[in-house]
Amino acid sequence: MNPVATPFFFYLLAGTMIIGGILVITQKNAVHSALALITTLLAQAAIYLMLYAPFVAGVQIILYAGGIMVLFLFVIMLINMERSVKERQFNKQWLVGIVAAAALGGLLITVYTKGKDLFPEGRMTYGESQNTQAVATLLFDRNTGTYMFAFEIASLLLLVAIIGAVVMAKKRI
Amino acid sequence: MDALLHISTLHYLVLGAALFLLGVIGVLTRRNVVVVLMSIELILNAVNLNLVAFSRYWQGMPGHFGGPGALHGQVFAIFVITDAAAEAAVGLGILIAFFRNKETVNVDEVNLLKW
Repeated sequence: MNPVATPFFFYLLAGTMIIGGILVITQKNAVHSALALITTLLAQAAIYLMLYAPFVAGVQIILYAGGIMVLFLFVIMLINMERSVKERQFNKQWLVGIVAAAALGGLLITVYTKGKDLFPEGRMTYGESQNTQAVATLLFDRNTGTYMFAFEIASLLLLVAIIGAVVMAKKRI
Repeated sequence: MDALLHISTLHYLVLGAALFLLGVIGVLTRRNVVVVLMSIELILNAVNLNLVAFSRYWQGMPGHFGGPGALHGQVFAIFVITDAAAEAAVGLGILIAFFRNKETVNVDEVNLLKW
């Protein structure tokens, strides 16, 4: 199988994701943050395609970029944020926060450089055309469906979330 | 140079770590609740990227856990996306209720339970 994960596309998408992430946490206007987050999520869907996971990529686009971000944009437009744009954007612990994040990043870099040899590259012998089938087999199949019960619990979680969101957002029930 | 040009699992892990750190910085330093929730989405996406990268890694491995059917990471990523949807719905509902009471979206003013 020809490699799809060419370095050019990887670095292009990774750069898009990092720049999008930086814009998410630095923009003043929440709508701009949301648009940057959508860019990041779409680039991540493309990264999933490079990892031979087309089903997760589709779910990422439909659910994240299509569903969750629309919810975010609706809420941004429902509440009035004109005042918060003019205010200070970062709180008083910003220095502590950045130092803590840098410490976490140093830890991760140390672990990854020490453990580089733990990840030898295996050979892919699997066609991505069967990916959706294989994922569905894990989720739904009567004999091999390891995650069928977890799937049902997830639907229950979504039901509870819907009810919770309605109860929270409604003025009087 | 060769290590940079040959894309391995480690590259995806480093990208995931960078996204995770951006999300952590956003959660710790921003004052706008909506942006804090978006940073949480960034963190969840970083975790998803790691899960799918490890799924890809195990698919190329021999043995009991590896092989073509090692798609557990991708299934788990789907569950994480489901959780993210539920979390966003409830979080934004709380945000609307909070805005109705306080007329602000500043996290620092969420201090009713603080003594």
